[in-house]
Amino acid sequence: MSFGPQPWQQTSWDWRAAGNFIGGGAGSGLIVFTALAGVAGTAGAALVLAGLALIGLGLACVWAELGRPLRALHVFFNRRSSWMTRESIAASVLFAVGAASAALAYAGLAAVVWLPAPVALVFIYCQSRMLQAARGIPAWREPRVVALLLATGLAEGAALFWLAQPLHGQGTPLLVLAFAALLLARSAAWFGYRRRLDGPGAARALAALDRAGAVLLVGGTLLPLALLIVALGAGAAAGGALSAAAGLAAVAAGAYLKFTLITAAGFNQGFALERLPVRGVGPNLPGV
Amino acid sequence: MTRWAMVVDLRRCVGCQTCTAACKVTNATPPGVQWRRVLDLEFGEYPNVRRAFVPVGCQHCDEPPCAQVCPSTATRKRADGIVTMDYDLCIGCAYCAVACPYQARYRTLRATFAYGEPIDSEAQTFDEDRLAVATKCTFCVDTIDAGLAQGLAPGVDPQATPACVNACIAKAMAFGDLADAGSNVSKLLAENQSFRMHEQLGTGPGMYYLWDRSAA
Repeated sequence: MSFGPQPWQQTSWDWRAAGNFIGGGAGSGLIVFTALAGVAGTAGAALVLAGLALIGLGLACVWAELGRPLRALHVFFNRRSSWMTRESIAASVLFAVGAASAALAYAGLAAVVWLPAPVALVFIYCQSRMLQAARGIPAWREPRVVALLLATGLAEGAALFWLAQPLHGQGTPLLVLAFAALLLARSAAWFGYRRRLDGPGAARALAALDRAGAVLLVGGTLLPLALLIVALGAGAAAGGALSAAAGLAAVAAGAYLKFTLITAAGFNQGFALERLPVRGVGPNLPGV
Repeated sequence: MTRWAMVVDLRRCVGCQTCTAACKVTNATPPGVQWRRVLDLEFGEYPNVRRAFVPVGCQHCDEPPCAQVCPSTATRKRADGIVTMDYDLCIGCAYCAVACPYQARYRTLRATFAYGEPIDSEAQTFDEDRLAVATKCTFCVDTIDAGLAQGLAPGVDPQATPACVNACIAKAMAFGDLADAGSNVSKLLAENQSFRMHEQLGTGPGMYYLWDRSAA
């Protein structure tokens, strides 16, 4: 590690923090897309529970990263300004509402799958703002990271829905279009975010992000879109398999982008001197 | 309202790291943890090379990003500008570490000593409460408070002044009340040109760096 004007990769958050953004985003997105699809009964309950399980897995990753895990409840102490506190509160509400709606959906109340969706949106928003509030990292504090994380979470949730489609058997051509729209929105959010990093971003962070961005565009957008187009014209069994493959590609590419964002693009801005000290007869020079 | 701040004269600092050593001794920080660090920076190419020594650490910001993000309220900002840590509240999430633009925060997960096993002084000062939580420079807040209670003036009386300032061999570091126009730090800022690091981020750092005499 060097200490100077050159940025270096932060080492405080690792794959466990990335796991929270991956699981939390995809889990929330799955709950939202399940509501959008209007899936009721056992399938609806299972999908909501799967979304909650992913969110729980992400939070478990963060818990494993805590230095003092037995004090985890202290995370609720600063709702006034901490997005981590707000994320935790939203998660608590989401687990309660999600579990209740899954139980009611299982009992046959179709409309209740909508209940956890707005809470899931609040959760993913809090999580996105959490990253933006990390002002020591230029690639994270860029305001467009919020739109990027929202778009990736929703797209990956939809991707999980289609990945599990052969199991739950739900889905209409309109939902295929919604999935495709979310993939395109994710790409648009990526381009908007990446364009803003050209100035402040560290070269190595940008190189890592560009690699992940290429995977997102080719493997996570173009490939799934092609598979979905073929799936629309295929039979039920083949169509389901192709849709599942599209979902797998989309969710894997999104997860890779988030993993990269945390573990390889988390460069700080180093130290900076606005002016160099004027000593003796030396000239007055600008800083670095 | 008092606003404690530090002024570093970059023209005077010789990079001796005495402030670093004084901080380590006073605050008993483990190996690898330097609440007061002095950067040794070199710029340019031979023969046009410039060198600067830059003491860094917690900047005790007006709007500390670390306190804003801290979910447990372990990090707080006092009315006098000092950003404090409550080790009993901290959960060790390191959110403050990624929020700080000055790389001033540390988290030591397990006990480490200079020679493997603790030597006598390390055994005496080891504090398990500081393991796996965030730590940082406190401006020697306990010293300041104890000094104030005795009627001493921080930045003037050594018994009420941060250890790094007391130890500086070149008088490159000064500490005092920015709100007092007659304080040493206010005078230094009036007589010299200064900047604050990463000021564009809007954190309002409480460390000022002098680089030349005032233009006037």
